[in-house]
Amino acid sequence: MATAAAPSILDVRADFPIFGRRIDGRPLVYLDSAATSQKPESVIAAIDDYYRRHNANIHRGVYTLAQEATEMFEGARERVAAFAGGQTETTIFTRNATEAINLVAYAWGREHVGPGDAVLITQMEHHSNIVPWQLLCEETGAELRYLDVSDEGKLSLEQLDAELARGDVKLVACAHISNVLGTINPVAEIVGRARSAEAVTLIDGSQAAPQMPIDVGALGPDFYAWTGHKALGPTGIGVLHGRRELLERMRPFLGGGDMIRTVDFQRSTWNDLPWKFEAGTSMVAEGVGLGAAVDYLTDLQMDSVRAHERELVGYALERLREVAGVRVIGPRTAEERGGVISFELEGIHPHDVADLVNRENVCIRAGHHCAMPLMRRLGVPATARASFGPYNDRSDVDALIGALAQARQVFGV
Amino acid sequence: MDDLYRDYILDHYKRPRNFGELEPHDLEAHDHNPLCGDELGVHIRVADGKIVELRFHGQGCAISQAAASIASEEYVGMPLDEVGGLDGEWLIELLGIPISATRRRCALLNLKVMRGATTGDASWPNGGG
Repeated sequence: MATAAAPSILDVRADFPIFGRRIDGRPLVYLDSAATSQKPESVIAAIDDYYRRHNANIHRGVYTLAQEATEMFEGARERVAAFAGGQTETTIFTRNATEAINLVAYAWGREHVGPGDAVLITQMEHHSNIVPWQLLCEETGAELRYLDVSDEGKLSLEQLDAELARGDVKLVACAHISNVLGTINPVAEIVGRARSAEAVTLIDGSQAAPQMPIDVGALGPDFYAWTGHKALGPTGIGVLHGRRELLERMRPFLGGGDMIRTVDFQRSTWNDLPWKFEAGTSMVAEGVGLGAAVDYLTDLQMDSVRAHERELVGYALERLREVAGVRVIGPRTAEERGGVISFELEGIHPHDVADLVNRENVCIRAGHHCAMPLMRRLGVPATARASFGPYNDRSDVDALIGALAQARQVFGV
Repeated sequence: MDDLYRDYILDHYKRPRNFGELEPHDLEAHDHNPLCGDELGVHIRVADGKIVELRFHGQGCAISQAAASIASEEYVGMPLDEVGGLDGEWLIELLGIPISATRRRCALLNLKVMRGATTGDASWPNGGG
């Protein structure tokens, strides 16, 4: 067993006000960052400052407040784009990653996918990267096909090649990191092979953006979607990075204010990128908050965040092996994983596991994790899942292990 | 002793009463709780307007499975037309454990399935939190 006293790579818990919270006099052990992250003081303060000192609607007003609000929002977009290696004009703010994927399914998919075409996704996708494609295929008569997930939670590039060789795949959509298995998928390979086959690619980076360096420009997908609230930012804001040539040719997703250049009685013309895809008043405070979140992550350095989570996951995998009856799902080593560990505890349903460890203030998730097809593939009704953020350290893993031992005692297993 | 996972709850979870299949049967229903993946089905035999025998089957958390087992002992012998009148409060009182809002549907799944089988009403029962 590794010593619990070993220092973590990052030591930033004090930056997150929620960890001052006590429940029944005891501290919080938050292991559900794959669902949503906690927020640093700087993000909370940025949103507070925006509402207290700068709040105005953006893009139109000529007065000082409106100019400040516009600069804060568009400045955040520049930093969010730079954080992910994207360009400012092709970085579109959406409500969340789900909306970003739907934007592509509607505005690109309805124009380019038809009967006889195929959309290729994987068995490990979150519902947000399944259901929009089901709707598209139902509507257009295209076929929805899946890449299999191996028993170790991995995709096969050979199967990808075989699928692409059929010549009908119009779009490949895939998670960068699985929110259940933790698998880091070989997205550069997937994007490259899809591109050679003239298929458009969409990568769901919801789990990856918060925990590893992302360079959308170098990676080269046509679309890359992620969400703010998993990346230390507020809820209500997501990001879509798109390839300029595609975005320019696409019709708008939602119609309304701000996305137009001119509106006549019968027709309208569209605003420039990125605003063509941002109808209605934007989520200004949320954009400002996400700007502060990427500033914070940039200061930490994403290489360090990744190293921190890899170290923690390695420690957690090692300690989970000490608990009798634990079966970890997904890749075996921390190198192949993001900061997510799904597991089963023999004799105790995951829902009961989550309830029992909550008595020790250990927050983990139980259920299908919005990945019901993957649960079916794995042959489990549900899993328990622990996931990590930059604020976690080894003491959180130790608390989980202790709480699991107590759970086994209660159930007499 | 644990407030929620009392000995009798764990006993019913590990050794559920009236579990399995019943062939032939007169009534059946199957349902699930999408929140946590609990699923439960029931087969019912009826004579003279009463439930004479039933079997639950499915998988899920201790609360959903123990609740089905405990309630099954009440359902046997009950006139069919009484099942539709049962509510969540009845069931949670029967279980005798504090059920939080997040576990309510786990506890009520068996009653939902029973009402579905006997009245065709597959909505979640009212009451009990």
